[in-house]
Amino acid sequence: MGIFDIIGPVMVGPSSSHTAGAVRIGAFARLLLGEQPRSAVLGLHGSFAATGEGHGTPLALLAGLLGLAPDDERIPAAQALAGELGLACRFEEADLGGVHPNSVRLRLEAEATLELCASSVGGGRIMVWRVDDFGVDLDGQYPTLLLTYPDRPGAVAIVSAILANAGLNIATIKAHRTARGGQALMTVELDHEPPAGVLESLRCLPQFEQVRFIPRLGFGD
Amino acid sequence: MPHRAGTLAAYCAAAQAGGVPLAEIFVRQEAESAGVPAGQVRALMLTRIRVMRQSLERGLGTPQHSRSGLIRGGGARMREWIGQGGSLLAPAFSQMIAAALAVAEVNACMGRVVAAPTAGACGVLPAAIFTVADARGAEEDAVLRAFFTAGGIGLVIEKLASLSGAEGGCQAEIGSASAMAAGALVELMGGSPAQVDHAVAFALANVLGLICDPVGGLVEVPCVKRNVMGAVNAASCAEMALAGLESVFPADAVIETMGKVGRRLPEEFRETARGGLAALPRPS
Repeated sequence: MGIFDIIGPVMVGPSSSHTAGAVRIGAFARLLLGEQPRSAVLGLHGSFAATGEGHGTPLALLAGLLGLAPDDERIPAAQALAGELGLACRFEEADLGGVHPNSVRLRLEAEATLELCASSVGGGRIMVWRVDDFGVDLDGQYPTLLLTYPDRPGAVAIVSAILANAGLNIATIKAHRTARGGQALMTVELDHEPPAGVLESLRCLPQFEQVRFIPRLGFGD
Repeated sequence: MPHRAGTLAAYCAAAQAGGVPLAEIFVRQEAESAGVPAGQVRALMLTRIRVMRQSLERGLGTPQHSRSGLIRGGGARMREWIGQGGSLLAPAFSQMIAAALAVAEVNACMGRVVAAPTAGACGVLPAAIFTVADARGAEEDAVLRAFFTAGGIGLVIEKLASLSGAEGGCQAEIGSASAMAAGALVELMGGSPAQVDHAVAFALANVLGLICDPVGGLVEVPCVKRNVMGAVNAASCAEMALAGLESVFPADAVIETMGKVGRRLPEEFRETARGGLAALPRPS
C-alpha cells in the first residue's frame, strides 16, 4: 500500500468495487482466454446482481472483456462497443454459494472456451477463485503463469527449474487437480515479467498441454 | 519515547527532526518503496491532480445526471447560483460546495475520477484543496505538498483504522477524506506538522459514528452531498489548527477510535443499504 493507492486509482465511477474491480475481472478473463470472446454469458451474484445495474457493473465487466482499462471513458458505452466488436453478451442472475457478495461467473467462447469465477473484494482489487474445473486464488497483482497438464510427478520441479535458470523469483506456486492422476492446473505468480524465451521453453515441454500467461493487471495508469 | 512506525506522530516527529515539511517525508518514503527518484513520484502526483481538475471542470460545466435519476446536475446548478450572487458567505465558500458536488457527481455518473481515498469520497480533496489553493494563489509546489500530506494521512488511517465504508461506515470514507483534506490544507498554508495533527484530529472527531447508508446501494444519496460536508469540515478544522487551536486528543488516538467505532457499527450501517436513509421508503 502506497500513497498512490490512497490518491488513486484513476477510474471511471461510481464504485471501486462495483465498477473498477468489475473491469479488472473482465480484463483478467480476456487475457486468460487469449483473445476477445465472441460470446459471453455473465452470471451476477449477490450485490453484483442486486445493485450492479446502478453501478454500471454489467458495462464494466463488458468493458474489461473488450480490453478497456478501468479509467477508459468509453466504459459507459461498452454495450454499443460490444456490438461493434462482435461480442454477443447475456447477463443472468447466479447463485454462486457462500462467496463474496460482489462476485460473477463468466462463461466465454472464442476459439477456446473458458469459465471463470471471480470476486471484487474492495478498492478495485479482485480475487479469481475458479478457472474451469479448478479452484484457484489469483489477484492479478503479479505476472502469472497457468499451466495445464495430466497429474504426474515432476511438473512443479521442471517449471521451477526453468524459472530459476532465468533468474525469476516465484512469489507463489500452487498445483490444483481434478483428481489423483486426473487433470492438473499449476498457477505461478512471479515477481517480474518473464522474457518471451521462458514462455517458449515452457511451451516446448511435452508434458504441458497449455501454457498461458497473464501480465500484471494494472489500474490503467 | 519513540513513536510507533506508521503513526502520524512518527511521521510528524521525522519531519520535525529533519527540519522538512511533513509532505517531504511522504515523498521520500514513496520514492524509496517504489525504487524511483522523488521527481518521478511528484510527476505521477501531478497527473492525478490533472485528472481531478478535469473531473471538476466537467461536473461544473456539464450538468451530471445519473441513470437512477437521483443526481440532477447539482454542481452546475451551484455554479449558476454563485454567478447570480447567491453566495451566503464569500464566493470561495460556495465554490467549495460546487466543486465537491461536481466531482462526486461525475463519479456517480460514470465519469473519470481519482478515487481519493475512495470513489465515493472523491469530491472532498479536490474541493478543499483546489478551492483554497485558487483563492490564496498557492504555488504548484504547495499544492503538491498538500496532496502528498493527504495521501500520507490516508496511509496512517488505512493502517490504524480503515478507509472502507463496508468496514467502518461513512466516517471511514468521507470522514477519512475530510481528515486528509484538513491536514492537507494546513500543509498547503505552510502550517507545522503539529498543526496538521490537530487538524486531522478535529476533522475526524467531528464525524465519528457517521453511518454508510447509500439509497438503493448507489453512490448518490446521501454520498454526493456528504462530500460537501467533508470538504467544508476540512476547511473549518484546518483554519482552527492554523489559528493555534489544539486538539485534546492526538490524531492517532482519534483515528484508532474511529476504527473501533466502525467495528461496532451494526452491519445495516456499513454500505449494505439496509439501514439509515437507505431503509426509508422512496417518496414517489
